[in-house]
Amino acid sequence: MNGIPLVHFLYLAAILFGVGMFGVLARKNAISVLMGIELMLNAVNINYLAFARYWNWNSLTGPVFVVFVITIAAAEAAVALAIIISIYRHLRTANVDDAHYLRG
Amino acid sequence: MIQYSWLIPALPALAYVFIVLFAKRSRVLSAGISIATMAFCFLFSVDILFELLKLDPASRVITFGATWLQISPWQANVGVLIDPLSSNMLLVVTLISLLVQIYSLGYMHEDERFSVYYSYLSLFTSSMLLLVVSNNYLQIFVGWELVGLCSYLLIGFWYFKPEAANAAKKAFVVNRIGDMGFLMGVVTIGMVFQTFDFAQVKDLVTAGLANGTYQTGYIAGIALLLFCGAVGKSAQFPLHVWLPDAMEGPTPVSALIHAATMVAAGVFMVARTYVLFSADPVAMTVVAYIGCFTALFAATIALAQDDIKRILAYSTLSQLGYMVMSLGVGGYTSGMFHLTTHACFKALLFLGAGSVIHAVHNQDIWKMGGLWKKMYFTAPTFLIATLAISGIFPLAGFWSKDSILDAVHESSIPHHEILYYSAVFTAFLTAFYMFRLFFVVFTGEPRDHHAYDHAHESPLTMTGPLLLLALLSISVGWLNYPGFEGYTKFLHYGDYHEQVFNWPMAWVSLSIAVLGILLSASFYYWKVFSAAKTAETFKPVYLLLKNKYYVDEFYSWIVDKFLFGLSTVLKWFDDNVVDDGMVDGTGWVARKMGGLLSLTQTGYVQNYALVVFGAVAVIFLLVSF
Repeated sequence: MNGIPLVHFLYLAAILFGVGMFGVLARKNAISVLMGIELMLNAVNINYLAFARYWNWNSLTGPVFVVFVITIAAAEAAVALAIIISIYRHLRTANVDDAHYLRG
Repeated sequence: MIQYSWLIPALPALAYVFIVLFAKRSRVLSAGISIATMAFCFLFSVDILFELLKLDPASRVITFGATWLQISPWQANVGVLIDPLSSNMLLVVTLISLLVQIYSLGYMHEDERFSVYYSYLSLFTSSMLLLVVSNNYLQIFVGWELVGLCSYLLIGFWYFKPEAANAAKKAFVVNRIGDMGFLMGVVTIGMVFQTFDFAQVKDLVTAGLANGTYQTGYIAGIALLLFCGAVGKSAQFPLHVWLPDAMEGPTPVSALIHAATMVAAGVFMVARTYVLFSADPVAMTVVAYIGCFTALFAATIALAQDDIKRILAYSTLSQLGYMVMSLGVGGYTSGMFHLTTHACFKALLFLGAGSVIHAVHNQDIWKMGGLWKKMYFTAPTFLIATLAISGIFPLAGFWSKDSILDAVHESSIPHHEILYYSAVFTAFLTAFYMFRLFFVVFTGEPRDHHAYDHAHESPLTMTGPLLLLALLSISVGWLNYPGFEGYTKFLHYGDYHEQVFNWPMAWVSLSIAVLGILLSASFYYWKVFSAAKTAETFKPVYLLLKNKYYVDEFYSWIVDKFLFGLSTVLKWFDDNVVDDGMVDGTGWVARKMGGLLSLTQTGYVQNYALVVFGAVAVIFLLVSF
């Protein structure tokens, strides 16, 4: 790991975040949007670990945060999937453009 | 004892509180407390009179008081002023109130709200006495408003009758108009003289007029503002409309409040503030002419009324007009003397009418008749009162009315001969309509046999006061017997002058009264002329009188056209400009602004996310560069 410079991790995380953001903003299927969000969370996780590795490996702050993010992401995925199922039952579709009841 | 005279208004007030709090369940206790306090107050008033008589005539003014409010530079006091004027009023009010309360034992004995009735009577008497003994303009105003309140409560005592409830409201509203003027007068006095005290104002006015600090017109303006209050309370034209309607209250109340005492408060107030009135001839002329007009105006209306109490109400208006006129022409003593005698015989007339109503359960004189045989006690006392009000020698009304006519004749008011002839003509009308009432009710054949058969003489609690008032109606006038002049020596404004009794004038007033009685008898007793045919011949006049000159209709019309017209305009402004324009406009603007902003709420989650990311990117760029 010593051979790989920090900036490569950051590039990877940035690309991953960009892909995730594209998924969130551009995909119409709610499952895809959810997957995009997961990608963005994982990009953040990579950043955390990379900085932890190159900054101070003895500090557990970064890895602990990552564990929390993974845990919360699992819970969030469960809730989000439940909402998506609910929307699907209601609207017979999982297209986020059709769920615009909050329009002003 | 005079230093304890503050007890006279205080005790009935305590009686009121006690009855309301503790004695409401017990009829005996509430009536007992009320009558006992009033008897005490009456005896106290008699005592005060004798103590005053013992004093030297020049020092018969005793006043004391305490500070109520201190608002620099004004100081509002509560106090007592005992002088011949208030002593006279104390006797009249406590005596009539005592007799009316005893009479009410019989008259009201079937009423469910007997205790409430007695509590109101106590409250009324207390307020009236507060007004009478007042030593300053502010306190007299407080008493003035309190008697107005009691009048309202007692007119509307049978509030479940719509007429009574409406009459109570009418009395209250009409009195407000007059009281507005009174209040303005009191405030003006406070601003000009920096004091409300009667004695201090009197000194300031006397000194100010002598050295030219105040112009007479200025004082007359204040006097006329105060007179507005008297016009309302003493039911003078044009604010007379409430008094006939006030007859919807219980008859003893009509006797006490709307004949003998409260309505005389206006006359008393003018007498009390006489220094302001006598400062300027203009004020005096206005007072005299309003009084004279009311006297004549009300007497003509009384000719064509059918309700026994309404006839008496118009005769009260007419006699109050006499008193006001008397004060206006400078007859201070005559006015107060007539107030005193009138209180006796008018209370007697009303209580007698109450006795008749109690017997036949009706107020229409054309459903009565022949009651002389049934009411062997009420009828003679009623006759005495009728003779007294007509001004027959030697009863009370003769002396007081004659002294008023004399005062009018001697006055220096412009065109006082008009006043004199109207007053004499009014005396003629008074004799006529009072005897019309007497003949129709007590003589002839019974018109309603059912009512006649059930008619009975009233119980002793009712006839007792009648007897006492009858004795007073005969004898009170003798206080001013020519050569003795006890009343004039006791109560006079300025210096006492030897009175010369004008016998030719007395003959004029006496013969005019006898003429009125004879004419009335030829219509309603001997039936030489037919009243119905006369009414038919002069039908427009008869209708005009019967409908009280359409004054009520005129006021309704004014309210309808002008007041409601103005209200319609204001309502339009309120509906269209205030409500639609300003209130709804505020809402409209807020809603439209919201609508504009709601365009950003697309409901597409991805749009929001884009905005969030875009915003983060912008912040990032801003921070970076």
